[in-house]
Amino acid sequence: MIDHVDSKVWVFVEQRHGHVAEVGLELVGKALELAGLLEWKVAAVLVGHQLGEITERVLSYGVDEVLVADDPLLAEYCNEPYVKAIEGAVRLWQPEALLLGATAMGTDLAPRLAARLRTGLSAHCIDLKITPDGQLLSAVPGWGGSVLAQISCPRTKPQCATVMPGVFAMPEPGDNRGRVIPIEVHLQPEDVTYRVVEVKREEAPKSGLQTAEIVVAGGWGVGTKADWGLVEDLAAALNAAVGATRPPVDEGWAHEKQMIGQSGITVRPKLYIGVGISGHMHHLVGIKKPELMVAINSDPNAAIFDHCDIGIVGDLKEVVPGLTRAIREHSEAVSKKTER
Amino acid sequence: MRIIVCLKPVPDPKHWNKLKLDPQTRTLVRTGIPGTINPLDRNALEEALRVREALGGEVIVLSMAPPDAQPVLKEALARGADRAVLLSDRVFAGSDTLATAYVLSEAIRTLGDFDLVLCGDETIDGGTAQVSAQLAEFLGVPNLMHVSSVDARPDAPWLVRSQIEHGCMVVEVKPPMVLSVVKAINEPRYVTLMNILQAEGKELAIWSAQDVNLSEPWVGLAGSPTQMADLLTPERKGRAEMLPGSPANQARALADRLHRLGFC
Ligand SMILES: Cc1cc2nc3c(=O)[nH]c(=O)nc-3n(C[C@H](O)[C@H](O)[C@H](O)COP(=O)(O)OP(=O)(O)OC[C@H]3O[C@@H](n4cnc5c(N)ncnc54)[C@H](O)[C@@H]3O)c2cc1C
Ligand SMILES: Cc1cc2nc3c(=O)[nH]c(=O)nc-3n(C[C@H](O)[C@H](O)[C@H](O)COP(=O)(O)OP(=O)(O)OC[C@H]3O[C@@H](n4cnc5c(N)ncnc54)[C@H](O)[C@@H]3O)c2cc1C
Repeated sequence: MIDHVDSKVWVFVEQRHGHVAEVGLELVGKALELAGLLEWKVAAVLVGHQLGEITERVLSYGVDEVLVADDPLLAEYCNEPYVKAIEGAVRLWQPEALLLGATAMGTDLAPRLAARLRTGLSAHCIDLKITPDGQLLSAVPGWGGSVLAQISCPRTKPQCATVMPGVFAMPEPGDNRGRVIPIEVHLQPEDVTYRVVEVKREEAPKSGLQTAEIVVAGGWGVGTKADWGLVEDLAAALNAAVGATRPPVDEGWAHEKQMIGQSGITVRPKLYIGVGISGHMHHLVGIKKPELMVAINSDPNAAIFDHCDIGIVGDLKEVVPGLTRAIREHSEAVSKKTER
Repeated sequence: MRIIVCLKPVPDPKHWNKLKLDPQTRTLVRTGIPGTINPLDRNALEEALRVREALGGEVIVLSMAPPDAQPVLKEALARGADRAVLLSDRVFAGSDTLATAYVLSEAIRTLGDFDLVLCGDETIDGGTAQVSAQLAEFLGVPNLMHVSSVDARPDAPWLVRSQIEHGCMVVEVKPPMVLSVVKAINEPRYVTLMNILQAEGKELAIWSAQDVNLSEPWVGLAGSPTQMADLLTPERKGRAEMLPGSPANQARALADRLHRLGFC
């Protein structure tokens, strides 16, 4: 490898089957901002096979360099060959910092890579800062989101971090000024330590949920398929769309298309009511700035209470039926008034 | 078949309201809060028991924790593990995920050959979801995260299903391997009084740093590449306004509020 790479901040821009994870571009935007403070350059790291089009797209976001590892053995994600490809480039060109999205792939790749490089990794950060001497400071949520740790990595390089999707804004495409630099990879078939036999993927189609003004979402706390009716009744009374976290979808109480969050859809309602939902980041990133956010949960320490405006600590089976009734009474009174 | 379950004792979430942030030391004060098995590690243990039922063998639970974690390991024995190892030494204190994974990997090497290491995807306290992949790296074996089913086949590669955005992937992988599981994988079984009595006869070994071969420096606070510069209560909208009273009163108060805001 003869090329010289100047960039000190690297961003792994994840793609799977040609689909780029938005968080990679969000991180490019943030990296350009942080690196700009120190007059450092920024590289995007792309790993896969036949990446021509994606390389062009990433260049359009104004990175200085795009480092591309392209090999047939990288066509389907497997952590070992991906680690090998990036490890080689890191050892050769020694970046100061490496950022990845906290996606299913990023949360699997980053820890293995950081351990291979014997360096520190901060987990699913919700903020990043850089000091004048080039230290990356990451805000890492812990204890279900009730504390924020500020993590640094003072002695080893690169300073690695995964970042939650949706934390930083999607940048506007900038000037296309970067260089493309190939990463030389030396992979053997044995490096692919597991074989992907099937990928089941269901892209969430547009549904009423995405445009609904009111969303009532139910979680694992609802408990049974029968009690899922409580969530649906409440939604019906409010003329709301019904959303869900992952467990109700896994259990078959709700349809996959109803899942809100990182793997599902993003909702932008005026009112969100979460019923029996703990408030995991995977879910919360799918709820964009409601005017009013309400949660009903039997656990007073549930993380969701830290994110909402109004909370009810109680058993949903006791609270929700009364709530639905009281709401119906109000709506009926309103419609009677308008009739008159 | 030798199966190792990495199990982290965590403060029981039922008592988290007693947790306090020490303003001076910026650490969490956990005194008086009982420990419990990290919830997803119960699913990891359950999966280990199911693989043992299918293919035979031994299930060993492994924790790196202070000595007061013994009751948590006893619970794991009552749940069906064959034996337990508690790694406990002052030098382990303050380990970040790299150091935690390194020490766990050396303990596993000391135990000998293995076919499967099971972890939870993440804990409820630190919750970085980094230890399982780093452990696999130190052990030099494949790993999968976000695992929602395991088909352990005796004479063929195993089939493992892992959650990804908008779906899942199914992979073929040969033991030995490290898997970290999500809640959807199984429903942990109940513990009976009989199980608890049987657990009394099972071995719970306590190992110090001397009992494993720690030749690399990645141990404890000093050997951790990350440092916690500060611990804060995050700025938020602020905690929610809590509606008091009986369920009926809470329901009425919320409905009235929604009505005033024009939602019903
Ligand atoms: C608020 C906060 C933020 C933190 N941020 C970071 C960070 O960004 N980077 C970093 O490197 N460290 C960080 N740490 C430290 C980290 O939490 C500890 O290293 C911890 O010992 C292990 O990580 P975890 O609880 O996050 O485990 P996870 O990686 O979430 O655990 C996954 C699985 O690994 C197994 N496991 C984990 N720990 C043990 C154990 N002690 N014994 C047996 N099995 C175990 C269990 O099966 C568990 O389900 C943070 C700690 C806190 C409190
Ligand atoms: C790669 C990956 C992607 C993911 N993507 C998503 C995603 O897009 N969307 C998503 O939602 N999740 C996603 N998840 C799952 C996510 O990590 C959480 O597991 C999930 O959001 C938790 O759902 P929950 O809050 O309903 O369940 P839990 O966390 O189990 O919470 C249930 C809550 O109900 C409360 N409760 C119990 N009983 C009652 C009662 N009777 N009355 C009132 N409250 C009660 C409990 O106190 C608890 O707080 C993903 C996971 C992975 C690994």
